[in-house]
Amino acid sequence: MPSLFAPYEWVARWATERIFGLDPASRLGSSVEFFLYDVPKVITLLVLVSFAVGTLQTWLQPEAVRRILGGKRLFFGNVAAAVIGIFTPFCSCSAVPLFIGFLKGGVPLGVTFSYLIAAPMVNEVAVALLWGLFGWRIALTYIGFGVALAIAGGIVIGSLRLEKWVEPFVWDVPAGAGEVTIMPLRARLEEGWRSMREIVGKVWPYIVGGIAAGAVIHGYVPGDLVMRWAGPGNPFAVPVAVLLGVPLYANVAGVLPITEALAGKGMPLGTVLAFTMAVTALSAPEMIILRNVLRPQLLAVFIALMTVGIISVGYLFNVLL
Amino acid sequence: MKIQILGSGCAKCNQLKENAEAAARELGLAYEIEKITDFREIARMGALVTPALAVNGKLKLVGRVAAPEEIKPLLQEG
Repeated sequence: MPSLFAPYEWVARWATERIFGLDPASRLGSSVEFFLYDVPKVITLLVLVSFAVGTLQTWLQPEAVRRILGGKRLFFGNVAAAVIGIFTPFCSCSAVPLFIGFLKGGVPLGVTFSYLIAAPMVNEVAVALLWGLFGWRIALTYIGFGVALAIAGGIVIGSLRLEKWVEPFVWDVPAGAGEVTIMPLRARLEEGWRSMREIVGKVWPYIVGGIAAGAVIHGYVPGDLVMRWAGPGNPFAVPVAVLLGVPLYANVAGVLPITEALAGKGMPLGTVLAFTMAVTALSAPEMIILRNVLRPQLLAVFIALMTVGIISVGYLFNVLL
Repeated sequence: MKIQILGSGCAKCNQLKENAEAAARELGLAYEIEKITDFREIARMGALVTPALAVNGKLKLVGRVAAPEEIKPLLQEG
């Protein structure tokens, strides 16, 4: 949808030339124009996406999701869990109570995992950034592969019957049931607005910082350097990108603009997708917190499945394109 | 009255605790506040996402930080 952001493009070009007096073809000028175009565009999308998700989330409160997924079978349950996960991002500090509550509410282990994979991976910040920086096709591809990975990972864990590797106390906790709040539409929209303000307020400095760094790369880093290290000729670029993504968990907003600049200089998009997935789904703190409820064997299976899955997505996409 | 803050101790939980205390003080309520960080206890109370706020053992708010103004009526309904 290039037309949607044409006014943004025009304003960025105008400001670069008239306010800063720079030639957009020069190094500094192209960096400045890149920054002035990307920051408003990405923030606009983040506002729209997080407001929509924040509003939709009021229909999919965790308690409601638990009731929907309770007793669901393998496969259909995994598909439902992964799709619901698109609309219900959660903070990794909630992973443990969710895990216990789902299992105690009769949600099968494999279905619970599909949800635990999809919900943080397909989140509004990652989707808005991919959309703004790489276009809606890449954002949809990311959502599609994320959901597929969540379904597959959950089915594998469910089929292997790994319940024995859940910490035993989980089964003994007498879990209470919460309530689903019924809200009028106005309250749902207010909740979407509140949620949007919280998210945008938290991540905008990362977006500005990340795009500034990307702008410098855009104007100053030579393309052949990127091609040599991250280009299609380097067979290890995908796994290295995945490993680099693990410690960057909280900063998808800050690092994606940098990958956009690298992609502009020849880094393939599959590598970008794999990197983004590693940042969102393989976060070190979430793994540490999940260790509370998963025995090391199950945690290892989970991490191995995700790592192999994400790297495969990266290679597959690089080959297809 | 007993106010309980449920959560693993992240920044959001501390913010919710401060806001709940501010709300209780402004209302002039006699209260004690307790932080619940044990996952078993959080699960037993029925909270699926944190931070959460319970009053006298009953969940009032889950999954987000609320402003003191929003917490006041939750405390008043007891």
